[in-house]
Amino acid sequence: MRYIPNSQADRQQMLAEIGADSTEQLFAGIPEKLRLRRFLDLPKALSESELLEYFRKRASKNETEPAAFIGAGIYRHYIPIVIDALISRSEFYTAYTPYQAEIAQGTLQAIFEFQTYIAQLTGMEVANASLYDGSTGLAEAILMAQRVTRKNKFLVARSVHPEYRAVVDTYAKNLGIQIELIGYAPDGRMNLEQLASKLDSNTAAVVVQSPNFFGTIERTHDVAEMAHKHDAMSITNVCEAISLGILKPAGEDQSEKRRADIVVGEAQSFGIPPSFGGPHVGFLATREKYVRQMPGRLVGMGKDFSGRRGFVLTLSTREQHIRREKATSNICTNQSLCALMATVYLAVVGPKGLREISEHNVLKTDYAVTQIRERTKFRVLFSAPRFNEFVIQNPLPLGEGRRAREAQARQGEASTNGSPGEGLSSPGLPLWRFYPELGNARLLCVTEINSREQIDRMVQGLAS
Amino acid sequence: MSPDDLLYTKEHEWLRIADNGGTVGITDHAQKELGDIVYVELPKTGTKFNSGETFGSVESVKAVSELYIPVSAEVIEVNEDLGSAPENINEDPYGTGWMIRIRLLNKSETEDLMSAEEYDEYTSEGK
Repeated sequence: MRYIPNSQADRQQMLAEIGADSTEQLFAGIPEKLRLRRFLDLPKALSESELLEYFRKRASKNETEPAAFIGAGIYRHYIPIVIDALISRSEFYTAYTPYQAEIAQGTLQAIFEFQTYIAQLTGMEVANASLYDGSTGLAEAILMAQRVTRKNKFLVARSVHPEYRAVVDTYAKNLGIQIELIGYAPDGRMNLEQLASKLDSNTAAVVVQSPNFFGTIERTHDVAEMAHKHDAMSITNVCEAISLGILKPAGEDQSEKRRADIVVGEAQSFGIPPSFGGPHVGFLATREKYVRQMPGRLVGMGKDFSGRRGFVLTLSTREQHIRREKATSNICTNQSLCALMATVYLAVVGPKGLREISEHNVLKTDYAVTQIRERTKFRVLFSAPRFNEFVIQNPLPLGEGRRAREAQARQGEASTNGSPGEGLSSPGLPLWRFYPELGNARLLCVTEINSREQIDRMVQGLAS
Repeated sequence: MSPDDLLYTKEHEWLRIADNGGTVGITDHAQKELGDIVYVELPKTGTKFNSGETFGSVESVKAVSELYIPVSAEVIEVNEDLGSAPENINEDPYGTGWMIRIRLLNKSETEDLMSAEEYDEYTSEGK
């Protein structure tokens, strides 16, 4: 049964109002070759009990036992249970942006606290109320730098998440933006010599990610200084927000020249489950002097008529509902519920807790790297300092690894997760798709939730 | 009555010609329509514009409006004081509320602009 809420009479009345004879005529503008002259090929509807059974069966296929060692933009961290309890309160669980300050002080205050946390963690002066996710956030940062500088050339590190770069390409391709990629040096960081040779007065901004896609920590402050010498902006992208607990913020330095202009990223690591890729939450922070070019909602703190503190959406003249096609972005909302999860997470763990969690990530990763080097034939690539990810290279050539994987797949043993269970020796994410020059390499991630036993078992799998 | 030593556009900018250069701002009528002005975005010196192009924007508590350059010009000076005192545009639109000084690139374009008399007639027609 198809559910169409208006009656035949309703439809006739609406069609008459706009001067169309039929619904068909309403769609006359769509060329014939683009039209699907049949119903969608969907399976038949299920009853409630059948539907529950359908999902129960699929849920039972989840591999929960072998530990996963995959990151690459989405990270498994411990999620305090208080987060679910708080975000399930009815005052909060409408995720839509609150327009009406009179009835939404709680939500607005939570967003204001999110902005404050992000500004503190990135060393910036102002952060917005959140964006859809990290990848669209990076695209927004690039469009923002184009507006500020009125220049079109962007130098983007190849060590920026490849899927983020793909999203950026989609946003940028019809806006006159030219993206030039900067390679990585043998130590796994952005090649600064190549950067220096490509920087010129036409450069709008330099984009670097730290920790980068290989897990190595970039010299973001050096990159900012180099960019500023050419009047270019410096954009730092952060996929793994837990690293903000231990790394010097890109926006912070004694010398103004060494501070990033925009810090953008993904806050999924702050208490938000992987959820098969989303919903997650992007953030964007910048200097106050650029605030009018910033995309997205912004909550400000002010005083009401009787001098009491209050929160309200502010600087809305940047936004689409007021400024139409001249708006800084077509984003008309934020990721309130996920931003709230991140806010509760940060409030629960506190600055000391976040620091400790970051340290656990670094130490456990270091342990895994040491064990792999000592006990397996795998090479650990890149010598620069790392956070919680690293690249290993299989001594076997790529073809053999793939043939082995395919053989496993035929036997029905392969796991998309790369779980290092019995007989499986392929944890992490294969990199040949994104960086073919690295050969038979994989990206591994170790977080605070991986126990020493799990790491040992994974290493044993690689050794066998 | 608008000052009769200035030239005007339909978009409510004024242009004062002096020697080789000119000064640009928005009219008293425009500032009244906009209400309290809270922010002005202005170009960098050295930027060149063709007649009618957007050279900046002015933001009031009500709306953001584009600023259109009356004639093709190069910006030679920007009123930096407006950064901290945008209210000057409300209080003294033809004086301290000036926005940019320009070098005219094609003086004949001034012939297309309105006189004070024409502008007052234009604004009294209900815009």
